[in-house]
Amino acid sequence: MKKYRFLRHTADAKFQAFGETLEEAFQQAALALVSLMWNWETIGNKLEVPVQVEGHDMKQLLLNYLEEILYLFDTRRFLLSQVDDISIERKEDRYVLRALFKGDEYSSKTEIFGDVKAITYNEMEITRTMPFRIQVVADV
Amino acid sequence: MELKKINEYSWEIPKHDNMKVPAIIYASDKLLQGIKRDRTLQQAKNVACLRGIQLKAYVMPDAHQGYGFPIGGVAAFDLDEGIISPGGVGYDINCGVRLLRTDFTEKDVIEKRKLLLTEIFKEVPAGVGKAGTTRLSQRVLEEVCAKGAEWAVENGYGMKDDLLKTEENGRMKDADPSFLSKRAVERGIPQLGTLGAGNHFLEIQKVSEIYDRDVADVFGIHSPDQIMVMIHCGSRGLGHQVASDYIRYMENKFGSRGLPDRELINAPIRSSLGTQYYKSMSAAVNFAFANRQMIAHWVRNVFSKVMGNAEGMDQVYDVCHNVAKFEEHNIEGKLKQVCIHRKGATRSFGPGRKEIPTVYRDVGQPVLIPGSMGTASYILVGTSEAEKLSLGSTAHGAGRVMSRHEALRRFRGEEIKQELEKKGIELRSTSWRGVAEEASQAYKDVDEVVRISDHAGIGRLVAKVVPIGVMKG
Repeated sequence: MKKYRFLRHTADAKFQAFGETLEEAFQQAALALVSLMWNWETIGNKLEVPVQVEGHDMKQLLLNYLEEILYLFDTRRFLLSQVDDISIERKEDRYVLRALFKGDEYSSKTEIFGDVKAITYNEMEITRTMPFRIQVVADV
Repeated sequence: MELKKINEYSWEIPKHDNMKVPAIIYASDKLLQGIKRDRTLQQAKNVACLRGIQLKAYVMPDAHQGYGFPIGGVAAFDLDEGIISPGGVGYDINCGVRLLRTDFTEKDVIEKRKLLLTEIFKEVPAGVGKAGTTRLSQRVLEEVCAKGAEWAVENGYGMKDDLLKTEENGRMKDADPSFLSKRAVERGIPQLGTLGAGNHFLEIQKVSEIYDRDVADVFGIHSPDQIMVMIHCGSRGLGHQVASDYIRYMENKFGSRGLPDRELINAPIRSSLGTQYYKSMSAAVNFAFANRQMIAHWVRNVFSKVMGNAEGMDQVYDVCHNVAKFEEHNIEGKLKQVCIHRKGATRSFGPGRKEIPTVYRDVGQPVLIPGSMGTASYILVGTSEAEKLSLGSTAHGAGRVMSRHEALRRFRGEEIKQELEKKGIELRSTSWRGVAEEASQAYKDVDEVVRISDHAGIGRLVAKVVPIGVMKG
């Protein structure tokens, strides 16, 4: 199910993702991000990539997590369509996220709409109480 | 925010609050209305608060909101007191434009332009997800990043003369690929020699107007209807990774406290992290130069095959739109080395500057300003006035006015293609949705942008080119 929406932003792509838990909001943020590049609803899930990312605060964690998707696409042509088993925990001075990315490898049949260059801190917001909400501006 | 009108084409945000210098905006009333609609002016004010900033924070006519620095922002910093900021360069390091001239006229290519475009589309890897045709080892990738377009020419892509007509001769000498992260290298390997998507494009164009015959002659532009080729792309994932990496390293080391915006994260220029960023950024700049060099070579091959020859397809110039550099400028009456950031801005040096190729040194450097997909692009010439008014800088393009999602709601890719065809413009793209997102209506009026550059004196009009064939990544 889609629990994200795009907002007006002149040059870049700004979206909000929602969840009943912080983890769900993170999951939805990943789907929102990839929806700028491909239609994740039509991509299979036979490839699995376990990921672990860290951040010294929640915003850096979110940024590193979303950047991981761009990195996997550029280097392994991995098209994400699903995020499973996601957990976020605090470890001393940092946050750690673990998840299982599912998706498929790019083939010439997949339409790629455009390029996301990077995830930015610009207007980034994370609401850590119900309803959990994440706002991100991606440089496209 | 208070805005003081200086003259018809320039406005000032006077120094207030924590600003160390004023900010100056080059814009007409019309462009200013657009600029006021987003956070551009606030971002210019934020830049004016940074340590060691010299003279002013400058905003170009095509400015719009960025992250940290506005797009269309120019700022120089004192080498001892000042900072260097990845947000002042942007994620697409050395996103830039290369222009090739030809001896062909519209009449020569009109019948063959579909074929030319089809062949170019085959030769030049376009959109995201397509690995380049050249799979490199890490060692070779590092050589590319160290030597830039020189590497490409040494390996058979193009001619030595191309290097002379490229900003920095196609190679930032301070590049040090050993500072690139493993991830940056990994992202670079499959993407060398690819155009990329988004606003990047390759166009077959014809000259439609010449405003300054003498300067145009020097640039190799002689007649209306002359065919040109413009390549607009950057450093791809490698450059994006360098920006992201150094924002993270600088944040971890220096923190973002006290900064009005986390994207303004920076390091003192002379600090080890500042130096490492500069050397890594230079490596990404070189990657982009090599990228455009290879694409230019493939375009020449296609012309050679389809038209029978590619003689006369000399490079006019290749400019960076996103870069930080050390340059000498007149700062309060003294010539001084500063670290200049141009983010969505073009260097616009006038006659005499040693950085300009000798063939252009008497007239000033070519400034290449691409329009949006399917609209006119412009060739300007740098001016001595720009060195006084804008640290030798001018605009870089049209600048968006409408979000991609808004464009998607309003336009359809197939219809845009048909409309362009009616105007005699062929279009090839890997994605209809991508075409809709790049609809020219989603962009500022580039004609107005270059008019203001010309009137304000920061870059003078030389020629206008219009597309006859567009390849969108």
